[in-house]
Amino acid sequence: MIGVTINTGRNPRFAVLRFPGSNCDQDAYHVVKDVIGREVEYVWHQDTSLKGFDVIILPGGFSYGDYLRTGAVARFAPIMEAVRKHADQGGLVIGICNGFQVLCEAHLLPGALIRNSGCKFLCKYVPLRVENNETPFTSRYTQGQTIHIPIAHGEGRYVCDETTLQSLENNKQILFRYTDSDGNANEAGNPNGSIVNIAGIANSTFNIMGMMPHPERASEKILGSADGREVFESIVCSAERIFK
Amino acid sequence: MPQVKVIVTLKPSLLDAQGRVVQDALHSMGYHGVEQVRIGKYMEMQLNSEGTASLDDQVREMCDRLLSNPVIENYTYEVVL
Repeated sequence: MIGVTINTGRNPRFAVLRFPGSNCDQDAYHVVKDVIGREVEYVWHQDTSLKGFDVIILPGGFSYGDYLRTGAVARFAPIMEAVRKHADQGGLVIGICNGFQVLCEAHLLPGALIRNSGCKFLCKYVPLRVENNETPFTSRYTQGQTIHIPIAHGEGRYVCDETTLQSLENNKQILFRYTDSDGNANEAGNPNGSIVNIAGIANSTFNIMGMMPHPERASEKILGSADGREVFESIVCSAERIFK
Repeated sequence: MPQVKVIVTLKPSLLDAQGRVVQDALHSMGYHGVEQVRIGKYMEMQLNSEGTASLDDQVREMCDRLLSNPVIENYTYEVVL
């Protein structure tokens, strides 16, 4: 297990960032507060401090209308400096969908997300394979487990250069891959044309994670799948393990 | 007052999904000679002469930091004085 720096010995406190155009903020807040029962607060994009928070969630949506490029304007929001500082100190950061796009634009994660190869906006459940379960975000899954989580994006095609891809592979920074219904990460199972079926990655120190699928939309069985819940439980679990 | 015209294009190594759709549309209209279409962005900026950095330095910085994403895009610009 890779070390996680949580600032305090108590239960991890979550922050859900809100940009103009965020629209999955309430879902993320709901899952943290009501499903896994942890402390959570919204933080406005104009704020400049994340003091007292242990886990920062950048939710899905269309921050700043996705003008110019997805995440391109949001990365300059005042709160992003605090996100960078939090990450530099080893704090956990998760970007979901648009949040992933913002983290890439901010260079907190390598690569970029561009228009789906089929041009369509895709909104559906997809099978994902857990590629590395030894991270703070995936420890509650088993290695190679197939999970079902919905995607909802028009620009989710992950791309990066060959050198970056090589280091993502070598360091096991690819956390989730899209697969077909048999669990194979092939072209048939690739909804958006992402390079080597990448659905989610971490930075090299494994405290920042970005994924296009929406775990917060799949955290309760009544909504069709609870497979995403373990992302949030993993974080809590990692924190508690350290402070036991 | 200088005007700057910026063109941003997706790197040639990346599939331009929009361009492909437009190419297919042109083919279906009978323009079979179209081998490739790539779609970019065109931006015009009016600048005043403030700032200490040279105009070129300023424009390049703006392109590198915001107007383009160097991971996926190239840019060219032209200054019209």
